[in-house]
Amino acid sequence: MLKKIRKIPNFDNAGVLSLKDLKAIPGFPSETDFENDLVAVIECDEDIPCNPCEDVCPHSAIKVGLPITNLPHLDAKKCIGCLKCVAICPGLCIFVINKNFDDKNSLIFIPYEYSPLPNKGQLVRALNRKGEYVCKGIVYKVIKSSKKNSSSIVGIIVPKKFYNEVRHFNF
Amino acid sequence: MDSSNNYKKNCDYELIIIGAGPAGLSAAKTAAERGVNVILIDENDRPGGQLFTQTHKFFGSKEHYAGIRGFQIGEKLLKDLAEINVKLLLNTTVFGIFPTEKRVMYSTNNSKIHTIMSENILIATGALEKPILFKGWTLPGVMGAGAAQTMMNVYRVLPGKRVIMIGSGNVGLIVSYQLMQAGSKVLGVIELLPKISGYKVHAAKIRRAGVPILTSHTIIEAKGKNFVKSAVISRINFNNGSIEYIKGSEFEINCDLICIASGFQPFSELCWQLGLEMKYISALGGFVPVHNIYMESSIPGIFVAGDVAGIEEASTAMEEGKLVGEVVAFRLGYSKEKDFKIYFNQINKRLSDLRSGSFGIERKKGKSILTNYS
Repeated sequence: MLKKIRKIPNFDNAGVLSLKDLKAIPGFPSETDFENDLVAVIECDEDIPCNPCEDVCPHSAIKVGLPITNLPHLDAKKCIGCLKCVAICPGLCIFVINKNFDDKNSLIFIPYEYSPLPNKGQLVRALNRKGEYVCKGIVYKVIKSSKKNSSSIVGIIVPKKFYNEVRHFNF
Repeated sequence: MDSSNNYKKNCDYELIIIGAGPAGLSAAKTAAERGVNVILIDENDRPGGQLFTQTHKFFGSKEHYAGIRGFQIGEKLLKDLAEINVKLLLNTTVFGIFPTEKRVMYSTNNSKIHTIMSENILIATGALEKPILFKGWTLPGVMGAGAAQTMMNVYRVLPGKRVIMIGSGNVGLIVSYQLMQAGSKVLGVIELLPKISGYKVHAAKIRRAGVPILTSHTIIEAKGKNFVKSAVISRINFNNGSIEYIKGSEFEINCDLICIASGFQPFSELCWQLGLEMKYISALGGFVPVHNIYMESSIPGIFVAGDVAGIEEASTAMEEGKLVGEVVAFRLGYSKEKDFKIYFNQINKRLSDLRSGSFGIERKKGKSILTNYS
């Protein structure tokens, strides 16, 4: 008998970076870097010829150099979390995180190209890199893209323990 | 009869470009800016080729329009085109080229047949989607991922609400993402190989939005009477190069769209018809016209650029088009050798950058086989 299913379950981790993968990425902040203010989190680990993040960074915190297949290196001390790289990254793989937003919560800025955008203060379902529900999140800020080519950015507040897990949301 | 006048007028082009996609448009712009008298022919009702189906941002560096969406590059190229003196024929199909006198036959809106001649012809006809065959693949609701992309991004028609995507190359991943942006539910991406073939960042984008990617799986059947109702999918094993379905792993899922993203092949009919020397290079999508570093085929004066010269990206197609524009301009005496060498090296540098890294290396090898061969 042929099985009929309504939903295909998550099969494996194909396309999902593990914490071990992430820690080896030169664009991924160290644990100390996360303790400071806002910091860019560059989850880019393939030698794709691409460097708009380096070009757009006004503080030279991101270095790709030559050849342009190099992975972006983050100098977290220079990064002020201005979000310019989040808006331009063609891979939508840069986030900006303020781990210590307040005593209990972290703030995660996520590139978001779906319509409609959520509203400030809205309750959303925060998801992990596999699209699984993690926790509730509250929309802190919505930055609608001003130019056709940039991505909109949504900042959501989630409990601190999930700062490295939550990377998307729906509502 | 003013046929002699017409003849003279029709002959009056220094470069005929067939295909107004990224390669053809870039070649037209570059050549015309140097002073070459160019005619650009395309079978569609507007130029731009596949650029107008691309709503995602391009990779690359500033020189490759990185961080800009494909359709914006299309808009820019059309704006450039309007500012230069290029004759543009739309809704026009080229169906034959005589190799010796380099006469191009075409027909506009399938009416009268015309011919024009030029010493230089660029074939920039792009690519075709390669289908995979399975039971039910001819049902309405089974289509190429490129077709689905054109439907939603150009004609604003949602091709389906519940989607199965076959193939996890960049096209499969990107079109899945765009279908979600347009409001469809992508039920899953099915990949024959044991790993994802496209960029991980594209995969990550759809994974975090909840789309499973099933590696080592394939579609067995599209079911439905007059339209796709469901897809049957099975897990597979590779056994000595052949595919073995794993019994009991099959499942059926309701869907109304099955997209096939199993790659492209060069749209090379005109090349075959001309008798150009062709070579099979798997990394470039199949049979490609042999060409030298000036993108010139085995017949002098016949050039190729873009996907027809090997399946790559829009960014490489634009560079190859520019290269042909520079070569033709130089040969016709519109640029000095010293300047040409500079332009040529700049373009090659950018092409080399675009073909670097683990995703570009096979294409780079394929291209060098072609250029060393000729």
